[in-house]
Amino acid sequence: MNNAQDNPFRSEKALKRLRRRRNADMRFQGYGIVALGFALFALVFLISAIAWKASGASTYHVIRVDLELSPQTILPEGDASPEEITRNIEGFYSLVRNDLLTRFPEANETVQSKRAFSSLIDRMAVLPLAREVADEPHLIGQTTSVDVPLSDDVDMFLKGAAPRAIFLRVGEASSPMRNAEEGDFKIEVDRLNKVSAKIAAIGQHGAEPTVLLVADKSVGRIKSMEDGDVILEILTGRQDQFDGASVKAVIIPSPEDQRSVSDQQIAWALALKAEGVIKRVPHFSLLTHTDSTYPELAGALAALVGSLLTMLVTAAVSIPMGIFAAIFLEEFAPKNRLTQIIEVNINNLAAVPSIVFGLLGATLLLGTFGLPRSAPLVGGLVLALLILPVVIIAARAALRAVPPSIRSGALAVGASRMQAVFHHVLPLALPGMLTGAILGMARALGETAPLLLIGMVAFVAEVPSSTTDEATALPVLIYSWASNAERAWEPMTAAVIVILLAILVLMNLAVVLLRRKFERRW
Amino acid sequence: MDTTYDPALAGEGADDGQPLLYPRIDCRDVSVFYSGKQAVFDVSLPVFDRSVTALIGPSGCGKSTFLRCLNRMNDTIDGAKVTGEIFMDGENINSSHIDPVLLRSRVGMVFQKPNPFPKSIYDNIAYGPRIHGLVDDRQELDAIVEKSLRRAGLWEEVKDRLGQPGTSLSGGQQQRLCIARAIAVRPEVILMDEPCSSLDPIATARIEELIDELRKRYCIVIVTHSMQQAARVSQRTAFFHLGHLVEMGDTDQIFTSPRERRTEDYITGRFG
Amino acid sequence: MADHIVSAFTDELDKIAADLMRMGGIVETMILDSCLAVDRNDHSLAKDVISRDPSVDRLEEEVERQIVSLIARRQPMAHDLRSVFAALKTAGELERIGDLSKNIGKRTLMLDDSVPSNMRHGVARMARPVSFQLHSVLDAYATSNAETAKTVWESDDDIDQHYNSLFREMITYMIEDPRTIGAGAHMLFMAKNLERIGDHCTNIAEFIYFQITGEYLMPHERPKSPNTGV
Repeated sequence: MNNAQDNPFRSEKALKRLRRRRNADMRFQGYGIVALGFALFALVFLISAIAWKASGASTYHVIRVDLELSPQTILPEGDASPEEITRNIEGFYSLVRNDLLTRFPEANETVQSKRAFSSLIDRMAVLPLAREVADEPHLIGQTTSVDVPLSDDVDMFLKGAAPRAIFLRVGEASSPMRNAEEGDFKIEVDRLNKVSAKIAAIGQHGAEPTVLLVADKSVGRIKSMEDGDVILEILTGRQDQFDGASVKAVIIPSPEDQRSVSDQQIAWALALKAEGVIKRVPHFSLLTHTDSTYPELAGALAALVGSLLTMLVTAAVSIPMGIFAAIFLEEFAPKNRLTQIIEVNINNLAAVPSIVFGLLGATLLLGTFGLPRSAPLVGGLVLALLILPVVIIAARAALRAVPPSIRSGALAVGASRMQAVFHHVLPLALPGMLTGAILGMARALGETAPLLLIGMVAFVAEVPSSTTDEATALPVLIYSWASNAERAWEPMTAAVIVILLAILVLMNLAVVLLRRKFERRW
Repeated sequence: MDTTYDPALAGEGADDGQPLLYPRIDCRDVSVFYSGKQAVFDVSLPVFDRSVTALIGPSGCGKSTFLRCLNRMNDTIDGAKVTGEIFMDGENINSSHIDPVLLRSRVGMVFQKPNPFPKSIYDNIAYGPRIHGLVDDRQELDAIVEKSLRRAGLWEEVKDRLGQPGTSLSGGQQQRLCIARAIAVRPEVILMDEPCSSLDPIATARIEELIDELRKRYCIVIVTHSMQQAARVSQRTAFFHLGHLVEMGDTDQIFTSPRERRTEDYITGRFG
Repeated sequence: MADHIVSAFTDELDKIAADLMRMGGIVETMILDSCLAVDRNDHSLAKDVISRDPSVDRLEEEVERQIVSLIARRQPMAHDLRSVFAALKTAGELERIGDLSKNIGKRTLMLDDSVPSNMRHGVARMARPVSFQLHSVLDAYATSNAETAKTVWESDDDIDQHYNSLFREMITYMIEDPRTIGAGAHMLFMAKNLERIGDHCTNIAEFIYFQITGEYLMPHERPKSPNTGV
């Protein structure tokens, strides 16, 4: 048929309909792709933002010095009992600080400067050292390498996070000339114009930015500069070190009185870093330390263990209970009004807000049964209740997925109902049941609200050793760290979120593997 | 001839000279109700030993439901109620003091879709004897497995891979495995519920050949949708329609000269 | 009987029955015409009868072919099976009847004017009940009337007796006038052919009775006069 009008494949009407259909099809696919793309973008954005933030907490700065653990300092009363040693924070602290002070005579000059120097390290930062010595008394009197975390403010500065600083190489300095005033001197710097250009680029916001020049272990602050000449105020070190040295400029735009670290402290930190005393090391203490009020000392260990204990209780309660409830409902219970009501309620229970379970736990478990507050036992029980409907629903779905022909086959060779279920149905349904259980556990792991209500939000400095100890959980830790003011908590919080996410991913991975390995098709 | 045999129930052809024709199972006024709705109406039907009885009829005519009365599989369905008497060895197996688990070890069943357990071929066969405590040691079990597989005509095909999962076999082999599984518990009666409906013609022919072989030892009741199959494998045929037993008689007679108009119409393809 | 769900099945069975009836019609006229040809010594009619036989053979082949195909494709059961079986057998019987009629025609060609008309009439007289038998049995087939079929089956004895008397009549003629022996022999064969046709009709009646009722007519139950020794 050549006539276009007669050919049903080519007629105008057919083509129009076809176009319309095709357009509708494309539009629909387009919506789908947009929706998917948006979801994917949000996910990638979220994860990368958290990972980026958390990467700041993956390393931190410590002071690593060789110290002689002289008994006089660390054992002031000569009492070598572990408790005494642990309690003698002051002794350890002065040991470390005094060792560092020998390098900086200017810090010893006034009380203020000494105090300023001291705040490079938080007092409690020596606690792990003290504990280590208490555990291993043979170290006393020996010279050993110790790591002491740097105060979070200095750590944040060195990481370039806050206050923000710009580092520039400005070439060689030459002919230092002592100026009229003491401590100041004049040098020529090769490429000072780079610094001026940068300052101009930053723009003037009221105060002049601080500019430090660093040559080896000496740091000076620029008081004024003109045509390649600068008047430098030495903050630490010696001016002769600038002669012919390769000089680095550090521009700090924010004024000194608005930051938590002073120019002097920065100078010391830079000098210590140049000397190699300050090192950037992996932040393992995030996993080995318990909570602390000092970010550089805080770790998630207690929360991790708390979560683990809670999960143990949850698993021990919800998995057997859920599976047996599901088996009974699916395989044995008569299908009548009562079981229907139970079924509907189980399904509804899965949609109850988690905080309601927290309230239930608080009134029933804490109030009526008098179980200890803040304990993983109570948290675990509440979370078990929370995920029980999920576990039951998943387990029933898994049971229903086992073809009835398997049951009939077993019954037909003379197996009792129970034998049919336990010999044939359950082994086939178990992977699916465990999948549901693990997913439920993953949900429980991320729950915060019910735990808040039963008091698992306490500050826990001790790793809980049993399910009745005071404990907290990872999501609660995230919640409490996120509400802290100091900047240093931000990457720490992100890091704990990453830990939590990693555990969740692992659990999901376990689900996938479980399915892969045991799933059967009929 | 057994005294309980009633030619009026069996249709004619009672004196066709076939030996060993005595009712292994004798059903009297069997009715089945599903949640109060009657599915089978007063069926009285003798099932003869050492022969194949085929139950035919359109879908939903109650033939499968009736078949499931014979090993009390209807017990597993919620709301199912079976009335009437089903005699086996003088016992009414439809009474509550008969343990269905014991009954099922004497009345085996093979289903429409091959349903081997997702276990090894060996374990599929060994499961029944194990739970019934038919064996004392491994050798005995091995012997039962081999014998059952031989009787099901599957031994030569699987003897080198007894450890492989039963589900790895082809459809026809799976169905023979299920037959072997049923035989393994030494039943006297084997019920087959459309055993070939999911198989290709060659596999079907194998099963039919096997049924013909098994007939020498067992009493077989087979439900089938294929009238040709009923004609091929059975000695006696019962036609069910709307829950009633319309006609029962020798297969030859049913397929050449049925007595009832409904039977005639059904087997000649005049209603479905 | 209601139609099959597969209407083509009914159509095919109907076609077979129609072909069979056509065959029966042809054969019936062949009997009558061949005997008419004997009666009138009409050689051209005899030739005409002979020339009709191949069409009967072709129809038989056609019916057989249809039946084989139907069995292969439809696997008829019960009444269908019986009717197909009866049709197959009936077609064979009709073909034989056609052959026998043709044979009468051939023998007619060998007779000349010298044959006495009494002898001719004898044969022609016998044709009537025989063709009536065939007519009745075909009627029974067309109307699925088991009683008619059974009547045909029971009245075969009449044909036999007719044959016996004709036989004796011919012998008498031949004894009276030995010149008629040659023609008489042919006449005897014709009479025998007619008697055979009667038997075939009986067979057809049996098949039709089986088709309709599913029961066999047992030959030993048939009313029969004592053996005449012929």
